[in-house]
Amino acid sequence: MSSAQLEVAPQRLAHQFEDIDQQNECYIVGMWTFLVTEIMFFGALFLALTVYRSVYPNSFFEAHLALNKWLGLLNTFILLTSSFFVAMGVRAKMLGQNSATQFWLGLTILCAFGFLGVKYVEYSAEFREHHFPGPNFHFVATQPPGGDLSANSQVASGQPNISSRDFPAGYHPQQLELHKRQLFFSLYFVMTGLHGLHVIIGILVLGSIWFLIRYKHPSVDDYMTLELAGLYWHFVDIVWIFLYPLVYLIGRQ
Amino acid sequence: MSSIPLQPGALGTPNEQARENYLNIKHTVASWLLTKDHKRIAVLYGLSISIMFFLGGLAAAGIRVALVRPHDTFFSSEAYNKLFSAHGIIMVFFFLVPSIPATLGNFLLPIMIGARDLAFPRLNLLSWYIYIIGALITLGAIATGGIDTGWTFYVPYSSVYSNTDVVAVIVGVFFAGFASIFTGINFLVTVHKMRAPGMTWFRMPLFVWAMYATSIVMVLGTPVVAITLLLVVLERVFGVCIFNPACGGDPILFEHLFWFYSHPAVYIMILPSMGVISEVITCFSRKRVFGYEFVAFSSMAIALLGFFVWGHHMFVTGESMYGGMVFSIITFLIAVPSAIKVFNWSATMYKGNVWLSAPLLYAIGFIFLFTIGGLTGLYLASLAVDVHLNMTYFVVAHFHYVMVGGAIFGYMAGMHFWWPKITGRMYPEGWAKLACIIMFVGFNLTFFPQFILGFLGMPRRYHFYPPEYQMWNILSSAGASVLAVGFAIPFFYWMWSLKYGELAGPNPWGAKGLEWAIPSPPPSHNFDSVPIVTEEAYAYEEIYARELAGDYSDSQVDRPVSPLNTEQPDQKTLEDHSSTEESL
Amino acid sequence: MNLPVIPEQASTYAQQMDPIFWTMVILTIVFTLLVTFIMLFCIVRFRRGAKVNRSNPSTGNLYLELTWSIIPMILGLFIYAWSCKPYAEVYSPPHGCNNIFLIGKRWMWHFQHTRSGIRENNQLHLEVGKPVKVTMISQDVIHGFYVPAFRVKRDCLPGRYNTVWFTPTRVGKYYLFCSEYCGTNHSEMGGYVYVMTPQDYAKWRTTGGSTETQQHETPVEIGQGVFQKYGCSNCHADKDNVHGPSLVGLYGTQVQLQGGGVAHVDTNFLRTAIVFPQKQRISGWPPTMEGYPVGNAAGEMSEEEMLDLIAYIKSLSPNNSFSHTGKQGAAPKTSHHLAAHHAGNTHVALLAHTDTVQSTLHKSEGKLQ
Repeated sequence: MSSAQLEVAPQRLAHQFEDIDQQNECYIVGMWTFLVTEIMFFGALFLALTVYRSVYPNSFFEAHLALNKWLGLLNTFILLTSSFFVAMGVRAKMLGQNSATQFWLGLTILCAFGFLGVKYVEYSAEFREHHFPGPNFHFVATQPPGGDLSANSQVASGQPNISSRDFPAGYHPQQLELHKRQLFFSLYFVMTGLHGLHVIIGILVLGSIWFLIRYKHPSVDDYMTLELAGLYWHFVDIVWIFLYPLVYLIGRQ
Repeated sequence: MSSIPLQPGALGTPNEQARENYLNIKHTVASWLLTKDHKRIAVLYGLSISIMFFLGGLAAAGIRVALVRPHDTFFSSEAYNKLFSAHGIIMVFFFLVPSIPATLGNFLLPIMIGARDLAFPRLNLLSWYIYIIGALITLGAIATGGIDTGWTFYVPYSSVYSNTDVVAVIVGVFFAGFASIFTGINFLVTVHKMRAPGMTWFRMPLFVWAMYATSIVMVLGTPVVAITLLLVVLERVFGVCIFNPACGGDPILFEHLFWFYSHPAVYIMILPSMGVISEVITCFSRKRVFGYEFVAFSSMAIALLGFFVWGHHMFVTGESMYGGMVFSIITFLIAVPSAIKVFNWSATMYKGNVWLSAPLLYAIGFIFLFTIGGLTGLYLASLAVDVHLNMTYFVVAHFHYVMVGGAIFGYMAGMHFWWPKITGRMYPEGWAKLACIIMFVGFNLTFFPQFILGFLGMPRRYHFYPPEYQMWNILSSAGASVLAVGFAIPFFYWMWSLKYGELAGPNPWGAKGLEWAIPSPPPSHNFDSVPIVTEEAYAYEEIYARELAGDYSDSQVDRPVSPLNTEQPDQKTLEDHSSTEESL
Repeated sequence: MNLPVIPEQASTYAQQMDPIFWTMVILTIVFTLLVTFIMLFCIVRFRRGAKVNRSNPSTGNLYLELTWSIIPMILGLFIYAWSCKPYAEVYSPPHGCNNIFLIGKRWMWHFQHTRSGIRENNQLHLEVGKPVKVTMISQDVIHGFYVPAFRVKRDCLPGRYNTVWFTPTRVGKYYLFCSEYCGTNHSEMGGYVYVMTPQDYAKWRTTGGSTETQQHETPVEIGQGVFQKYGCSNCHADKDNVHGPSLVGLYGTQVQLQGGGVAHVDTNFLRTAIVFPQKQRISGWPPTMEGYPVGNAAGEMSEEEMLDLIAYIKSLSPNNSFSHTGKQGAAPKTSHHLAAHHAGNTHVALLAHTDTVQSTLHKSEGKLQ
């Protein structure tokens, strides 16, 4: 940032500030503070996930197999790439190259849409299979590759088939295993949903900046707006980097 | 101490009042609703929280009416439950949390550190709008159906069993939370980056330290409760399953997450008051605050330790015994910084030239009530005793001593102290003292009986109670009506003073601090040129010496009629000297 | 005028707690008077313009700061240490308690005397001088079991057993309250605890207890029926160790868990093992068992049935009792706390209940012995 100040186009100074340095520092510190609140926001969810995962390790392992980890990996790459693009965009803006900025920003937004597209594919598959929590929730365990650890009833050599047991009328033994998987999918949908919401907000923010640059609006004369949006975008990326392994790559207990 | 006829020129003249200031610079409604001036936003916040305080007070009145008889027939149990829930939610989320930070803090923080405005004026206005949206949603929900979960929203009652409008209320609280987060971010950045040249950290007024500590709590704590309440909404709306024990969820996890914010939130309420008290006591003792660094760091210690005590709300939930012991000992430790503050305030007055004005009277009330409130908190921190007292009226009495006796007395002290600065006019001193005494008496009458009720075992949130508790409840309700009178009086004399109050002039109290160096009411941009700070905000030595020499020209109001003190500060007997040293 | 100030004191716990409370009251009064006195003294003596000695006004003194930090801290720590003891004992019921099952539901308390099988609603009859252990669970929202005269309170949670124990010391009739807000009729969810002399108690027992729900079958007998009804005997019959672990002699022992860690087989372990069998599976057994949900829907086990079933399973191990297994000397204290710790908290791993922590705790226990 400091190196850029040499070459940058003049910035506008808001009335409450003494000089550009103070203004820029305020913006940066403010953005970081905001990101701290965001971390606390997601932190509570990560805590809940950790707690429940340690309580129900088998069910969570079981349930997470239904997620498509390759699509998740694809999304990780998409987001990482977009972080690179947005960093390039900020650099271009610092150097005052507006068309290059627009180019990099366009790529970033494209990546963001790509991410949402992949997420849409995942979600629609999950909705189709009734993995969304609620009264219609339904889960058929997939056989874990090469293992017999599944808590599913059809497994385990030499054991009697439990579903043939004489249960009282109306009793569904699968219900509880379902519940725990539902717990996993609840957390999955809440966390990825909130993250997706952040991606959408990111698209709106970066998109507006793209248009403002295009129409040469004075509010984006300087690079600070984009710098802050870039910080936010990196944060969205980082959340996913934690979210992906913790949700998609649960280890076997 | 009657006020004397004004000497011409001592106070502000009508001319001075006509000078351009933040109040008269523009008069349109839009100029208020679109203002980015921190002072105007403070006024907007002040009006909004006053309305919320009134509404919360109405609900409290309903509660006290219901509790006069052991088997109340005035309200149904549903209505009673909605009343105490509305009281708690409005008072906690819409009055106490924003009270001092969003009004006095907003108004004074930039001025005290020599800034023209907060770092993000637009964010500040946005914070007020979000607060208003949240308040309207919550009030709408309360008016159209109400909520009966209590302000704690414990699951699974709130997420599964309650058939009231939990979702709308939580959404409202969620908005209010973001208002508070934005205020916190704004203050943190402002304190870090906007201090005037020469305003070092250890020259900052203690009020600014308190606001800084408060902001840390706001920024770190509020998001957690926001997401937790959001999860409750998702459980209710979509049937997702996070806390519901019926599908393996854990209601205790909710309690942990909730109190992770809501205990520090108590410090959001009390720390700003402590900051106010530090300012008021120093000003009216004419002395530098005793142990400045200790008072400043005790604020920080409270803010940080406050994040590690939440488990003391859960001693009887069956949390791990060792967990309980750890939370208990940290809670005992957090009492130490509070004690440091109380003793430092007392020591500040020692050998001061103590001017018993209305703000100081409120501050004295604060210290007394906060001492009781704080010490009774230790009963609840103590594991064995908490098993008996938890969830009884003892808890209710304790946190009202801290939050009404503490936070509101601090708020009143600050409002009186800075009223001349905010409005440019003096409030009537005699009425202010009368209101303070009525409030103090009414307060103790209302809440002291509740300590006894709690020790006797009356659980909180009870609509019906055994008849032997009735006398204490009648006393409490009687006290509440006195308290209501006490709260009503300032409303009237403040309104009166806006038109008829004496003009205050820039510094009616003879106080130090940057805010008293600029006109009252301050101009829009606070300072014509950025002040260069060369001394701390408590350099009272000169005023002190002058006053002891009989020269009271620094205080513009309420000056002693004739110089009473002709004694020079260095005239003393050896005997006196040694005895005072001992008493320290 | 009826102005009671001090609640009746009717349990051993109350006898331990009250001195701490009154000590704190005295400290509160002393400190409040001290602060008030200093303030009033300053206001009066150093009032504006008063001719008094104001030489050498001080604005800071490190030793003074340390004094008023350290003295309150020492007093606080003293109170803290003192109050830890009774609290810790709440977690470790003595051997030979009268066991009582308690089910909280909106808005009533349902008690079950495990020895006599007597059931009562909203009232509880106890024998004076006999320690009582209440194992409680809620059928819906969080409730709180609270008897002010005993100074005893414990939250009654859905999905997890909490226990509390006390010894009533005085004959009388005492209030029973719900302390945790539970909805519309929260304030009416209460009743009375009757503490009776041994003679009266024996008489009450033989006449079949209260007039309300009379039940002469003990929980163990009913639990046996539950065991059959839900087909538990298909896999866990007697000493049959083919399909599932035998339950005979299981209660009160320590078992190796699948995936590491050890657990005490106590009430919470059993409940979890029935409701969420995969959560803590005994090592070496395949994950074939499905959970049996507890609830009100058709086919679901009720909380009462669950308690009876657990009582039955306990009765299969008459000689085992995981707490107070005759250890002597200094060591038992620790182990007994640990055991109690599990008794309260095995169900949900939030603070210190994960398998790892459990196993480390057990290791340290082993070293102590």
